[in-house]
Amino acid sequence: MGNIETVKKVEVAKLSDLSVGIGQRVNVAGEEIALFKQKDGSVKAIENSCPHKKGPLSEGIVSGDHVFCPLHDWKINVNDGKVQAPDVGCVKKYKVEIKDETIYIHLSL
Amino acid sequence: MREKLVLIGNGMAGIRTIEEILKNDSNRFDITVFGEEPHPNYNRILLSSVLQGDTTVDDIVLNDYNWYEENQVELMTGDPVVKVDTENQVVVSQNGVERPYDKLIFATGSNPFMLPLPGADKEGVIAFRNIKDCETMIDTSKKYKKATVIGGGLLGLEAARGLLNLNMEVDVIHIADYLMERQLDEQAGKMLKEQLEAQGMTFHLQKNTKEIIGENRVERIDFTDGTSFETDLVVMAVGIKPNIALGQDAGLTTERAIVVDDFMQTSAPNVYAVGECAQHRGIAYGLVAPLYEQGKVLAAHICSEDKSLEHGYEGSLVYTQLKVSGVSVFSAGEFQDGEQTKAIRVHDEFEGIYKKVVVQDNKVIGAVLFGDTSDSTRLLSMMRNGDDISGMSKVALLPSESGEAPVSPVVAMADSDNVCDCNGVSKGDICSAITENGLTTVEQVKQCTTAGRSCGGCKPLIADLLTLTTGEEVGNAPEPMCGCTTHTHEEVVAEIRELGLTHPREVMNVLGWESDEGCSKCRPAINYYLKMVDPIKNEDDPTSRFINERVHANINHNGTFTVVPRMYGGVTNADQLRKIADVADKYNVPLLKVTGGQRIDLFGVEKEDLPNVWGDLGMRSGSAYAKALRTVKTCVGEQFCRFGTQDSIGLGVELEKKFEYINTPHKVKMAVSACPRNCAESGIKDFGVVGVDGGWELYVGGNGGVDLRGGDLFCKVKTKEEIIDTISAFMQYYRENARYLERTSHFIERVGLDLMKKVVLEDEEGRKALIERMDIALSTGKDPWKEIVENEDKQQEFKKKQVEVLS
Ligand code: SRM
Ligand SMILES: Cc1cc2nc3c(=O)[nH]c(=O)nc-3n(C[C@H](O)[C@H](O)[C@H](O)COP(=O)(O)OP(=O)(O)OC[C@H]3O[C@@H](n4cnc5c(N)ncnc54)[C@H](O)[C@@H]3O)c2cc1C
Ligand code: SF4
Ligand code: FES
Repeated sequence: MGNIETVKKVEVAKLSDLSVGIGQRVNVAGEEIALFKQKDGSVKAIENSCPHKKGPLSEGIVSGDHVFCPLHDWKINVNDGKVQAPDVGCVKKYKVEIKDETIYIHLSL
Repeated sequence: MREKLVLIGNGMAGIRTIEEILKNDSNRFDITVFGEEPHPNYNRILLSSVLQGDTTVDDIVLNDYNWYEENQVELMTGDPVVKVDTENQVVVSQNGVERPYDKLIFATGSNPFMLPLPGADKEGVIAFRNIKDCETMIDTSKKYKKATVIGGGLLGLEAARGLLNLNMEVDVIHIADYLMERQLDEQAGKMLKEQLEAQGMTFHLQKNTKEIIGENRVERIDFTDGTSFETDLVVMAVGIKPNIALGQDAGLTTERAIVVDDFMQTSAPNVYAVGECAQHRGIAYGLVAPLYEQGKVLAAHICSEDKSLEHGYEGSLVYTQLKVSGVSVFSAGEFQDGEQTKAIRVHDEFEGIYKKVVVQDNKVIGAVLFGDTSDSTRLLSMMRNGDDISGMSKVALLPSESGEAPVSPVVAMADSDNVCDCNGVSKGDICSAITENGLTTVEQVKQCTTAGRSCGGCKPLIADLLTLTTGEEVGNAPEPMCGCTTHTHEEVVAEIRELGLTHPREVMNVLGWESDEGCSKCRPAINYYLKMVDPIKNEDDPTSRFINERVHANINHNGTFTVVPRMYGGVTNADQLRKIADVADKYNVPLLKVTGGQRIDLFGVEKEDLPNVWGDLGMRSGSAYAKALRTVKTCVGEQFCRFGTQDSIGLGVELEKKFEYINTPHKVKMAVSACPRNCAESGIKDFGVVGVDGGWELYVGGNGGVDLRGGDLFCKVKTKEEIIDTISAFMQYYRENARYLERTSHFIERVGLDLMKKVVLEDEEGRKALIERMDIALSTGKDPWKEIVENEDKQQEFKKKQVEVLS
């Protein structure tokens, strides 16, 4: 153990870059992240790689709290990153912070 | 404190036994499992599929590491047991791990039998038994070309097929004078050989290997008849021998395998054996079905308090199926003719079908089926139940010979009959699982009952059971659009018209969707219906479209995209080809290919490049991704062909220009040939036109895909105009009445050809109206690529942000 985990706040996009119902990919220092702007104005951020066969979740059909993977239609919750039954698994989720128009996510380095 | 159970052998039979024990009594034992292989328990059967490229090593794991944890099973992988002391009841592993036991189970399986040939120890000489062998073959195929398989039995042939798929040249050496002589009679064996030769295998029968030659690695193989040839890989698949060395050292009674009684008990107290390493009533089985039966019995025996209630294992009737794509072979029981046996034979050399049912004392005792194995389930249950067949007609024995439309064999099965023999799951089990848990897919049935979890051969039967069980209910309660609603497609369309709904979200609210956001099934459907009902007023909702249709390209497995530009009627020119070549260079496109639709696709384009690629191409979208008109294939026709009777290219181009970018329930494909030789394959298109002297024939409802269907001749007309109008009217009726994702082929099956003739050909008025509505819809079609290239805002979605993190 020993080493302290440092959390870094990174600007990833402007709110205006996103539109509700369409995912947006950002590549943060090599990490592919999918951003989803929700009806209530909040933004969700999860790892952009489906646990099944690495499908790019940012391209999936978004239904409220869930995104359907574009490759084989797995259903994944964008809030907690959990895969919905009957399939199993989960993707990394990131803490999101919005300060007037700008979207930041918390990266642990 | 709990009793200690130790399992030697982390394989299919052993772990299945543990599963059964946990089912019986989950906290009776502290369980420890020793496994020689560095893997959790995987489905050895599917190694063939891994080799044939149908699945991957990760996909065949049966019990992942979590399973062992969740069930508190201590697992030692890559650590074989080397000593068993039946006196003090302890086992010792190679790494020196010691475990005392109250109950010990041997499930050490078999070792492949390696011919003791000179040179058999050389590099590149392997067996086909485990993941490692599989990986070796796959690696070898990357560096070398020629493979030799010794053994023309089940295993050898499955290995050979796999090596073919790995693009190696494959020679199969076999001792007997025909293939699979342990499972097939001579006739079937010969037919099998022909089929596999057609697949590209080379066979050398009645050949005996003498020596394997090579420096360190195999280079050549010599035969006793003096012949020899070069090879880079030798796979020995000549049989297996039960893995009993450890059992022998432990002093257990062994013959061919470890001898066990009807309760899998060995000669030593509290020591049991199950699987391929066990010999029951003289037989050591080599297939999972009987091994799983043994596991069930053993589990019950170990757990049961009241011995008198148990009944022991009485042996199994085994059958074999060859898992090689493109060949169906089935064999069971006594299939060779003998003095007391009579046989029913069916042999159709045209269809390549052979069936033989062997009968003794009015009972079926064995069968061989080749080419058509649809009767196997039925025959198997006749053999198991020992049905008296006196007075049964041939057709009663082999329903597939009745010439009638094939009925699924599950219909005739009794509830007690096994559908999945590997896992011993009966028709009854599955049906109740389906009804009680409302299962709808084969996958769900598999999860819930384990049926289909091993060799997968029974999946078609499970599918039939699903339609059978749910189908009846579906009959009186029509199927809802998806899980979000009880409304059918038809109801939704009616409501949209009725209430003049204009947006998917509106539809879902008004019609009381359970999840108001819908899902990937209903949203695209609703979006289609809205635009179909009112093409002018109703806006398209991109968020309800599948990625392919949203970004107007086909997504690939790695998230890159495919670009397929239009080439009307499959006609191109130097200028187009030059542009494509330049784009391919500029964006270093990894794969250029001629599609099955007479045009060129550029694979592996990055999403952010799509708009620029389209711009640089300056060509229109080929809709290769769309529920819309895909391609119109044409043959050269009268312009050059000596048989051409019509201008097929001209009509093809005209059709494609007229109907491109019209939304349809599913994709629509067309073709125009200029004579009945039909070089453009008009017979398997949604709309296929065939030129004949003085006119055109129109075929409809053809499909070359999953459900192959030849088109029906719809009409014969004199002029191009009539063809175009007829297609217009037909397509509009299809747009208005088909369910989303219903191809014309299925649509016609549902509504009937006669109805279509009535509405499109006979009802003058109706036909006119349909054509008018089609023209309105057509007026809204635009080239989506152009729109995006010319409109900055529309390119937002394609952008990809790079964020640097400085720390
Ligand atoms: C590119 C092409 C293969 C090729 O390289 O030749 C192709 C590629 C795909 N086909 Fe196809 N089909 C292609 C010709 C065909 C043909 C042959 C033909 O059209 O003459 C057929 C059988 C004929 C037919 O459809 O009736 C065909 C039957 C299918 C099917 C099964 C349709 C069915 O009703 O059974 C699917 C699945 C589906 O559409 O739901 C499919 C789906 C697909 C998709 C789009 C899979 C997908 O949904 O992403 C593939 C995209 C691959 C990719 O990564 O870009 N493809 N596909 C061909 C493109 C033709 C074109 O120029 O547009
Ligand atoms: C390519 C292929 C295709 C097949 N296709 C079919 C099919 O279509 N249908 C069918 O019914 N059957 C098929 N089989 C046969 C089926 O896989 C076997 O019958 C079944 O796996 C046997 O199970 P088992 O547990 O007895 O042995 P295994 O599954 O071999 O398990 C034995 C395990 O014990 C381990 N072991 C051995 N000694 C020790 C030790 N001293 N300490 C610790 N661990 C040890 C071994 O490493 C092995 O992992 C196929 C087999 C192969 C190889
Ligand atoms: S269909 Fe007829 S016209 Fe067309 S290429 Fe074949 S033979 Fe020639
Ligand atoms: S990769 Fe996501 S469902 Fe297959």
